Amino acid sequence: MRPLTDEETKAMFEKLSKYIGENIKLLVDRPDGTYCFRLHNDRVYYVSERILKLATNIARDKLVSLGTCFGKFTKTHKFRLHVTALDYLAPYAKYKVWVKPGAEQSFLYGNHVLKSGLGRITENTSQYQGVVVYSMADIPLGFGVAAKSTQECRKLDPMAIVVFHQADVGEYIRHEDTLT
Amino acid sequence: MGRKLDPLRKVPRGPGRKARKQHGAENELKNILQEDTEAKRMSSRGRKRALKRRMLQEQKAAAKPPAKSNANAKLKIGEKKVLPGFTDDNAEWLKPVKRARKEEDEESEDDSEEDNEEEEEGDEMEEVENGMEEEVDEEMEEKSDEREDAEEESEDEDGDDEEEEDGDEEEDGDGEFGESLSLSDSDDLQDDYGTSSGDEKDLLPIERASKKEKKKQKSEEALTGEESTIQLNVDSEELFQLPTEEELEKELSTAPDLVTVQERIKDIVGVLQNFAQRGGGRTRQEYLKVLKKDLATYYSYGDYMIETLSELFPVSELVDFLEACEVQRPITIRTNTLKTRRRDLAQALINRSVNLDPLGKWSKTGLVIYDSSVPIGATPEYLAGHYMLQGASSLLPVIALAPQENERVLDMCCAPGGKTSYMAQLMKNTGIVVANDMNADRLRSVVGNLHRLGVTNCIISNYDGRQISKVLGGFDRVLLDAPCSGTGIISKDPAVKTNKSVQDVQRCAHIQKELILSAIDALDAQSQTGGFMVYCTCSITVEENECVVDYALKKRNVKLVPTGLDFGKEGFVRFKERRFHPSLRQARRFYPHTHNMDGFFIAKLRKFSNTIPKPNKDEETETPSPDQLNEDKATKQKATKRKAPEENDVKDNTAKKEGGNEKMPKKKGGNEKTPKKGGNVKAPKKKGGNEKAAKEKGANEKEPEKKAQKKKVAIKKAHMKKAVKVTGNKNKKKVASKKKKMFKKKTNK
Repeated sequence: MRPLTDEETKAMFEKLSKYIGENIKLLVDRPDGTYCFRLHNDRVYYVSERILKLATNIARDKLVSLGTCFGKFTKTHKFRLHVTALDYLAPYAKYKVWVKPGAEQSFLYGNHVLKSGLGRITENTSQYQGVVVYSMADIPLGFGVAAKSTQECRKLDPMAIVVFHQADVGEYIRHEDTLT
Repeated sequence: MGRKLDPLRKVPRGPGRKARKQHGAENELKNILQEDTEAKRMSSRGRKRALKRRMLQEQKAAAKPPAKSNANAKLKIGEKKVLPGFTDDNAEWLKPVKRARKEEDEESEDDSEEDNEEEEEGDEMEEVENGMEEEVDEEMEEKSDEREDAEEESEDEDGDDEEEEDGDEEEDGDGEFGESLSLSDSDDLQDDYGTSSGDEKDLLPIERASKKEKKKQKSEEALTGEESTIQLNVDSEELFQLPTEEELEKELSTAPDLVTVQERIKDIVGVLQNFAQRGGGRTRQEYLKVLKKDLATYYSYGDYMIETLSELFPVSELVDFLEACEVQRPITIRTNTLKTRRRDLAQALINRSVNLDPLGKWSKTGLVIYDSSVPIGATPEYLAGHYMLQGASSLLPVIALAPQENERVLDMCCAPGGKTSYMAQLMKNTGIVVANDMNADRLRSVVGNLHRLGVTNCIISNYDGRQISKVLGGFDRVLLDAPCSGTGIISKDPAVKTNKSVQDVQRCAHIQKELILSAIDALDAQSQTGGFMVYCTCSITVEENECVVDYALKKRNVKLVPTGLDFGKEGFVRFKERRFHPSLRQARRFYPHTHNMDGFFIAKLRKFSNTIPKPNKDEETETPSPDQLNEDKATKQKATKRKAPEENDVKDNTAKKEGGNEKMPKKKGGNEKTPKKGGNVKAPKKKGGNEKAAKEKGANEKEPEKKAQKKKVAIKKAHMKKAVKVTGNKNKKKVASKKKKMFKKKTNK
């Protein structure tokens, strides 16, 4: 377990900012104590300092997880967000997409969001903007990348993809083993 | 008279206008009537009618017995004979059994009811026959009545059956007349004494008919009911005979017939509950033996499990328990209050056509799922972490632990994370929860669940629970959900029925004892808010529960405190030859048949001192109790099976016990201890200086030891280790017995 290097921090923050924009600083400067990012087994954990101190007592090979896992660095040193970060992305998300109840299940199985399943979308979402996907009951289901801007979405044919799937909460069941 | 035939006409009820005016008139009338009762004046028609009625009555009485074509007519007649007088003369008839007599009484009552009915029927017949005639009669009468006085009028009208049944408002204050007629007349005339007469009279003919029908049905039902009870009585009087050995063996050779086995189980349970009344001189042991065998076949249990369970429960409860283990417990979920509220969750699930209910008064977050058209473990709400699938019983330990905000809490065996997430939820994601589990594969589900449920205050580690106290300490609360034989969750895993043996339970018990000591060591007694640990297992055997807690009470400065759960059964204080600390009453046991949740054991301990009590040398000579011997045997069995690193662990435990709270290096601890015992360890140990140790070791261990002496030095070293271990165990015994005394002193204080 170690703090992130500058490159790593940059890579991660760039990725995060796609979803929550400048709200990142709300993650770093929190009123309820110091929170920090730590790298452990190529995974980035977001954790309170108090917990971090206790966790330093635990041997590296015995420590499985701490705080919240945000994602991992791939072998090519790119950062990939995990669905476990959704808890922090959803409240700060700038651009949101709501899917209809019928399309919920499809998205939770790892499929892209189609125009037919699109319930609502935030105004002026640009193309390739990171978006958080919600159900119509405002339950965050995952996140992805807008395939089309809001304007283009209006005149799309129903089977066209609106949001590219990146992560969804169905992974808690489908990929339980690879979450950490 | 037309008004009588008009069904739409509403007949006014109760006292009329006149009655109100004539206050106190009733009393006067009463006096007059009383005088009148003896010398009855009747109009000529009235007299005629009375005569007619009497005649009819007699006829009916004569015709009655053959008219009864019911199957039970015979029975009734018999009773009738008995009925007339319960005099001393026929007292013998009534003698047989108290119960039988009661029945007769009931039947006789019934009979009289039947009589009434018959009479009513008869009256109706009359009514039909004379329908027109009488109407005319009445009219005439009424004309003449105008001249007659009030009394007579009432008499007349009352005397007329038809009038009475059709319900006339003028029929008040006619009691005396009825009485006067009662000699000859039927009972139902007697019935409408006073005010009660109003009800029946207002009924329409159809209603009356239906009422009669109902009455008849009722009485018939009652009769058949009685018959069935009679049948039952006959059955139960047939005493159950225990099958002989040969019969049983014969049965064994063929495939067992489950129906007969089940019946025999029932019979034996019945006999055992009322043992004095059994037929034949078979002993209770014999009955129990057959019962156990039958239960094992019927519910397909192994001998050991049946034996263990029958030690835990009385027979009737045992059957209930086994029956309950065949049924799945209801699916329960726990609301994740970190993300949602129970009401919202319930609403969301109801919208997905899930049928649910709150779990119980004791849980504010639990919901019971009765049925659902969608898989409850894959709804979007589940994936979004709004709830956790969790048995009702696994909520209890966390409720008992009651973690507070900003505390440091340890969950020693956390997989799959249900209890851990509940703790984090109770702590509102503040403080620190350390979730530990030995099994790395099972930790994956912990990671998934904790992240899904939005728990952020958690550290997940992969230590052996027995070592965690060396790594981390100073916790405010510790939850130890120890690995166990799973005898409480047979409904979840029916394999437990057959595949558990004494060794399995003892192995579990041994690990549990190590774990509980480690858990207590990780606790901080000086904690402001805590210093509590909860020990729980999903097993119901005493070896894994009370024994373990009792062991911890002897080994560490802990005491039992109430769990804070207002239900559940008390822990055992005495079980077979074992006697536990009386405070074990505060532990709680849960059973599937009494609480409809998995079998569970929960004990809450409080650590009151961080020092580890030292063994007292004065009491070294004391012989260990059989219980402790068993324990030690278990440890030894365990130890022989285990590999080197675990051996170290055992040794280390013992070392700690002796060496106070100083943490010594493993080998040192062993070596330091040996001189205390006086001189060279190797020689006295192996050459039989300590007989007990040698005995316990068993033959197969002794021999290799002798060989080893002759062989290489390296092997000798290994044996040195063993020897050290043995002394450790011996010391354990002494420590235990001594600590028992110390504890008593403490509690006395």
